[in-house]
Amino acid sequence: MIEVTEKTNPYVACFEKSKDSLPGNELPWLASERQKAMDRFAHLGFPTTKHEDWRFTNIKPVASTSFTESQPQEGAFASDPTIGIPLIDTEHARVVLVNGFFRADLSKLENLPDGITVKSLKDALKEDANLLEAHLTKYARYADHAFVALNTALFQDGVFVHVKRGKVIETPLLIFNVTTESAGQIACHPRCLIIAEEASQATVMEAYTGSEGSVYLNNPVTEIYLAQNAVVDHYKLQQESEKAFHIATLQVHQERTSNFANQNIVYGGAIARNDISATLAGEGIVSTVNGLTVGGGTQILDNHTFIDHAMPHCNSYEVYKTVLDEKAKGVFNGRIMVAQDAQKTDAKQTNQNLLLSGEATINTKPQLEIFADDVRCTHGATIGQLDSEAIFYLRTRGINEDAAKSILTYAFAGYVLERIKIETLREHVESVLCDRLPMGDLVRGAL
Amino acid sequence: MAHRSTAFVKGKKVMLEIKNLHASADGSSILNGIDLNVKPGEVHAIMGPNGSGKSTLAQVIAGREDYEVTEGSVTYNGKDLLELSPEERACEGVFLAFQYPVEIPGVGNTYFLKAALNAGRKYRGEKELDAMEFLALVREKMKVLQIDEGLLKRPVNEGFSGGEKKRNEIFQMAVLNPKLAVLDETDSGLDIDALKAVSEGVNALRSQDRAIVLVTHYQRLLNYIVPDFVHVLSKGRIIRSGGKELALELEEKGYSWIQEAVSS
Ligand SMILES: Nc1ncnc2c1ncn2[C@@H]1O[C@H](COP(=O)(O)OP(=O)(O)OP(=O)(O)O)[C@@H](O)[C@H]1O
Ligand SMILES: [Mg+2]
Repeated sequence: MIEVTEKTNPYVACFEKSKDSLPGNELPWLASERQKAMDRFAHLGFPTTKHEDWRFTNIKPVASTSFTESQPQEGAFASDPTIGIPLIDTEHARVVLVNGFFRADLSKLENLPDGITVKSLKDALKEDANLLEAHLTKYARYADHAFVALNTALFQDGVFVHVKRGKVIETPLLIFNVTTESAGQIACHPRCLIIAEEASQATVMEAYTGSEGSVYLNNPVTEIYLAQNAVVDHYKLQQESEKAFHIATLQVHQERTSNFANQNIVYGGAIARNDISATLAGEGIVSTVNGLTVGGGTQILDNHTFIDHAMPHCNSYEVYKTVLDEKAKGVFNGRIMVAQDAQKTDAKQTNQNLLLSGEATINTKPQLEIFADDVRCTHGATIGQLDSEAIFYLRTRGINEDAAKSILTYAFAGYVLERIKIETLREHVESVLCDRLPMGDLVRGAL
Repeated sequence: MAHRSTAFVKGKKVMLEIKNLHASADGSSILNGIDLNVKPGEVHAIMGPNGSGKSTLAQVIAGREDYEVTEGSVTYNGKDLLELSPEERACEGVFLAFQYPVEIPGVGNTYFLKAALNAGRKYRGEKELDAMEFLALVREKMKVLQIDEGLLKRPVNEGFSGGEKKRNEIFQMAVLNPKLAVLDETDSGLDIDALKAVSEGVNALRSQDRAIVLVTHYQRLLNYIVPDFVHVLSKGRIIRSGGKELALELEEKGYSWIQEAVSS
């Protein structure tokens, strides 16, 4: 018997109504997975602050808003389809999703080199059903995560990226998830699957943006599979509308000696939550998850990361930086699990938080669960204001107080900025940061 | 090479005039009535035992807000220095070489110096230097101070040795070209080669229109940078002033000699 509450009811009803027309409904494995996920969602309900994983992030505004499912949009588009992220003119290949739907007309994939396939998930479910059956929904666990369950049950489209064995793709692929102003408040559940086959290499960015001032729920789930020796550089830029809710899951599955790196830039949203997890399922894996979160106003920005060291001889590196101003709230929860077999694990985690106002708050929690004995795990978290000694030092050299603060804040964020290897993306991320600093123009281009 | 004394230049206006300066921190008083006049071209040495208030004086001149000036005045080129923010003081030509230079991770030395130099130039209505002009200036100053180019690329003072930090302070001074330089124990922790390099850097900056205040514990530095005046600070007061020979006397007899002489 499914427990249906007032909050979950509209979603259950929506699923009942649309399940026969959802993409892939003809695939029994997917239809049954979707059904199970919806049942699970109905059972779990939206989390409250009583759930340990959601203690500091109250998503009541999400649970109590009645969102309508997004509909495909057609036809012409505003002059700036990638709202506020001016990367569209670069030579890089791009995918544009609008309200969760793949838009071939706005995407630019004709110059993609051999060895990489990029298409809408909807098409992939028709054309690559066998491959998808092996991977789609296999990594992002929904048993304890209502939003992943919701996405799994309701996703209507998304992106499928497939990098073939041994292929090195040098051009970065830019994926833009755009949410436009719509009648009513919409919910989108875009799904992305990236498969990097053995010894392949690729760089993928996922950016999220929306019309200024619009209220919507974006609930994306991305699964990334790295086969043996694969290398994936992944960037996530979250620049949603300041009134939007962004609840996202990135689940990475790594096989032997693969190398994954993620740089997670969090700028937008009223409430934004990232669950970023990597399962290290073979030996000799390297996994890097870094983050830069910059918040102000009354934003609630929550990053949960989980590195699952299941096998020996793997290295994970994690640096998470948060800058909060005004009344912004931040959460960092960095979980690292080292299984009993995972000897010779080397895991490093650093979380540094800069509070620029007395009213900004951060809750940070490293969560190390170590069951092996021959491992090296280090973690450290700091919360602080700008160093007043450093401000004074800069001022005695003629640099005014606002400029000194801008320089020091910028320098704090520098670690993550420096790691963005797509130049146009780095410039953009830097420029948005500078716009938020009292004297950003002075530090623009300082790196 | 010792610099020729420029003392007793008649008819010059006072650059820095400190009158009856009292300052305290956290409610306890540290400076208890300092009087000091410094004219352009002069070099003053301020000596005194640990905790006598030397750094506090230097920091108050630079504008540190942790210290409260409870009495007295500081006038600089006719302006009330205490009214100016630290950055305004710097732009007006006041420079402090810190006893403990601050490490600033993530901020490159070159970027920092250029921002500082151009902030001052902008304030004074001068043209800001572009990257090429700046580099030319920096290269020239680096040679004088035997600064390694690698130092420029590193973040400000981060991981620098004690000697490198002190050299970097003098290097900044050379680039920023101040009118009044206060050097707080720039000599301490330097080996003899570094001491010579730093002294040469300072001597190269000695000029008729620049004043230098050297805070030091030891006579050693004063062999290289010969002062026009020596002042002894004790318990937040200047208890004796004299010429360069006073430093030698102190070296021989220690501070207790003066402290006793004064109290009796
Ligand atoms: N910010 C502060 N708050 C409280 N007390 C202070 C502060 N700064 C200095 N003091 C105290 O004032 C006194 C003078 O300190 P100051 O650093 O000026 O001495 P100094 O002469 O430079 O000593 P040193 O030779 O060790 O460098 C000391 O007793 C010191 O502890
Ligand atoms: Mg001192």
